Amino acid sequence: MALYEIFVTYKKGIFDPPGATAERALRNLGYEGVGSVRIGKFIQLEADADEVAVREMCDKLLANPVIEDYRIESVGEA
Amino acid sequence: MRLGVVVFPGSNCEQDVVHAARFLGFGADYVWHGDTDLTGFDGIVLPGGFSYGDYIRCGAVARFSPVMNEVIRFAERGGPVMGICNGFQILTEAHLLPGALLRNDTLKFICREVPLRVEDSACQWLALEPGTVVRVPVNHNEGNFICDAETLEHLRGNGQVVLRYCEPDGSSSHDGSAPNGALDDIAGICNERGNVFGLMPHPERVCDPVVGRTDGQPFFTAMAQRLAEVAG
Repeated sequence: MALYEIFVTYKKGIFDPPGATAERALRNLGYEGVGSVRIGKFIQLEADADEVAVREMCDKLLANPVIEDYRIESVGEA
Repeated sequence: MRLGVVVFPGSNCEQDVVHAARFLGFGADYVWHGDTDLTGFDGIVLPGGFSYGDYIRCGAVARFSPVMNEVIRFAERGGPVMGICNGFQILTEAHLLPGALLRNDTLKFICREVPLRVEDSACQWLALEPGTVVRVPVNHNEGNFICDAETLEHLRGNGQVVLRYCEPDGSSSHDGSAPNGALDDIAGICNERGNVFGLMPHPERVCDPVVGRTDGQPFFTAMAQRLAEVAG
């Protein structure tokens, strides 16, 4: 079976409350060089499926194209 | 009017909706998420709760329940559908309503009564005078409505914004009265036709006077009256 790693993040311009909170918290901890922090989801998927099919899975269920972008990486065999 | 109240695994407001409807003298029965027959129902309500544990995203899994294919068909035929709280999230995931509901900008779960202003909209579920202020509880963690600028223009232009969070006197800054960060203070929207209505507040919780307030009653009575008129 193929192993895929999928990264789901909010689209640019969509406010990410947990990311913004982490950003503030890091600055409060004294990390002055911290820029933007965005928090997303990481999905490991084992499937007998090609990337086209995985893309369809993302569009249908794993991500919401209205608010989220995703990136699929094929990382070999499971 | 007979309402079908859909029960997903993790729904928890279905009894409140059925109680409110029956208290107001309407028929109401539960519809299991695996059911595929909506015969005999005049309207469908998707209640609040945490369908499928809110896993992946709120409403993302419920949207693929067998019953949802029927709800989508029912809505496309013009059948009245109301999604409350988690039900609203399910309606956006099912693309019956535009936009999405993000985590509250405060990162806090909000559970309190809020003032809402009724807007001039195409919504068939609500016949209150535009500008009326009602007080209805909200109870959510993901009520932060968002959509792109084009969709927002469309919603405004077509009378699809049904309810806005407002100040107690009904005034609104259009940006800042929402307790959850919702775009344009939007608390509820409908589709262009007005038969599909999604809202974060819980009108079913303020129908029976025993709870101290009855502001939620018009959210159910207007549709019943409309259906009675259509039936002639």
